[in-house]
Amino acid sequence: MIYAAGIDIGSTQTKGIIINDKLEIVARSLVDTGAYVSRAGERCMAEALLKVGLKQKDVAYVVGTGYGRYKVTCGDTQITEISCHAKGASYLFPRTRTVIDMGGQDAKGIKVGEAGDVKDFVMNDKCAAGTGRFLANAAEALGLPLDDIGEISLKAKNPVRLTTVCTVFVESDIMSYLAQGKKVEDILGGVHSAIAARTISLVRRVGIEPEVTFTGGVSLNTGMVRALEEKLGMKLNVSPDSHFVGALGASLFALERAATQAGRHGEEQAGAAT
Amino acid sequence: MAKTAESVKTSYQGQIHLLQKELMGNYFNQLTRCAEQGEGKAAYMLISGNPVELMLAFDLIPVYPEINALQLAVKKVALPFILKAEEIGYSMDNCAYVKADIGMFLGDRKTPFATIPLPSLILCNYVGCNVYLQWFEHLAEYCDGTLYNLDIPFMRDPSGRPSPEDVTYVVRQLEEIIEICERITGKKLDYAKLKRIVALSGETGELWAKIKALTKHTPSPFDCYFDSVTMMAPLYCLRGTEGGLRFFEAALKEMEEKVQMGMGPLPEERFRFVIEGPPPWPYLRTFRDMFAKWGAVAVASTYSTVGGLWEFGFKHDSNHPLESIASHMLEWNLTNRNFLQRYEQIRRYCEEWSADALVIHSVKSCRLFSAGQGDMREYFTKELGIPTLLVESDIEDPRYFSEAQMKNRIDAFFESLEHKKLMRGASAAGGNT
Repeated sequence: MIYAAGIDIGSTQTKGIIINDKLEIVARSLVDTGAYVSRAGERCMAEALLKVGLKQKDVAYVVGTGYGRYKVTCGDTQITEISCHAKGASYLFPRTRTVIDMGGQDAKGIKVGEAGDVKDFVMNDKCAAGTGRFLANAAEALGLPLDDIGEISLKAKNPVRLTTVCTVFVESDIMSYLAQGKKVEDILGGVHSAIAARTISLVRRVGIEPEVTFTGGVSLNTGMVRALEEKLGMKLNVSPDSHFVGALGASLFALERAATQAGRHGEEQAGAAT
Repeated sequence: MAKTAESVKTSYQGQIHLLQKELMGNYFNQLTRCAEQGEGKAAYMLISGNPVELMLAFDLIPVYPEINALQLAVKKVALPFILKAEEIGYSMDNCAYVKADIGMFLGDRKTPFATIPLPSLILCNYVGCNVYLQWFEHLAEYCDGTLYNLDIPFMRDPSGRPSPEDVTYVVRQLEEIIEICERITGKKLDYAKLKRIVALSGETGELWAKIKALTKHTPSPFDCYFDSVTMMAPLYCLRGTEGGLRFFEAALKEMEEKVQMGMGPLPEERFRFVIEGPPPWPYLRTFRDMFAKWGAVAVASTYSTVGGLWEFGFKHDSNHPLESIASHMLEWNLTNRNFLQRYEQIRRYCEEWSADALVIHSVKSCRLFSAGQGDMREYFTKELGIPTLLVESDIEDPRYFSEAQMKNRIDAFFESLEHKKLMRGASAAGGNT
């Protein structure tokens, strides 16, 4: 059995996936990235190996992805998370033609080909508006756990209209709505709606073609899924593994490389025997 | 996708950069002597389509605040000057060239490359940018130099051609400038000398056009963005001089030899791209290495035509010196051309220079030049099917450059190009069987 791994070091969390040569996910791991990026990669890999009872030497190939991809010490090569998200999303939902990826500091739109290849992509500019960080700041301003705000936003009856999508100024906007006596769910409804609108206008630059697959940490937020679906007027593909799509794509690339290496190795051995 | 190293260092392997260093060193020494010993008089001008020939005819020393600003960025000393300008009220969003230059100008004007002389003439030769117009007006506020704002009509007609009235209008202004120069220098215009200088510019531009045509070869003998910078400095600072002409003769010879030997700037040319927009000067090497790692070579660039566009047939005509200078200022430099012309220029580069892709480097502190680049990306991607990458940082302000984000976008772009290449290769191999 050949195993391959993908390690996705993002700005907030590090995700790891190990797959086998039947393309089955055999292990997932998730750790906070923190200040020591290399260590996060190592911890993530160690945790994944532990879960499936493998050793590092059992894994034929490792691809690093995400911002910390060059810090994956056990990585054999690096591929950007843009290629990895396209690959991973296509594996989970083969009819994917557009990927919306929302992570801690990034929002991306990726146009995907039939083979899971990247046809075109756009990313947010150097500003965290419309990313997970925006939601985290909003949650903090309201004193709520980040994991809860999506559900709460679904209860909004009269969502407020946020005047800013600036990650820094959102806190003062929220304070002002609280002072006006607005309900928390309506404020959160406005927060989710504002980010959804901004993300969609970003992704429209590459063209939104169905099926659309939503990936990245923010895709676990049900409020954001609904806000995007409402504005797009279509259903989004969201996998329980959507948080791991970058790592999954990386592991699929790793498996391809492992197969190529094994093929080459076999040819060399055959050549040596003749 | 090939295994990629985190970074690949590049360096120019030819000889002309040594000659460039020597000539530019002489030029900057001339500026220092002018500033410190009062040798000669300085005329400030902008790069875009300037009448340097006229200044040289009066022995005025051309000084380019844009070049000084970009040199400060390359030497990584721009930020304190930018902050100084911001302290006195220039906004964060203001053109960083302006801020770096103003910050430097208001001090002792000493830089790591020269002491910049005070101007006798402040000649704003490009008014397409209202910020530039005010830049020169501000400089005039801060010193005793004579200010003249040349009004160059923008190429507003879809044909991209100036009207005969446009040419006459600019020639009349050049005649006014001649009177000012006569007053400043105390000498009459030597018309024969002007004609000789214009002839030198014509020959220099022609050589530059020949050099740029060589990048149509595979591999391209030099990178028409990063290595062009080596040649752009003498083109701008030394055009119309014997030294400038010598430099371009040597450069053409060296590049032709490289073509003969099949040598390029990188060990392997894997991608050919066209690039639009000026480079991020504070991180020039870092930016270059991000492309080099993918074996990507710029075969054409719009930035190398900011000062003049010679590759599509223009040549200064010494028989009609003023009309010829006017034509260069109006029609034959990138910044005075309309967007349709910019599209056409890039389209020709992509087709005639056999490029795989277009990269647009957008400048945060210059909305004037960058506005419309989103549409440009759409046009090339969707209408022409040319893979296009849009990245953003700044020409001068290091605070706008995010290395991780830039690298991510460039890597992802070339990963997708590599995939396309693999697919093309696979289908070609399939077709052969």
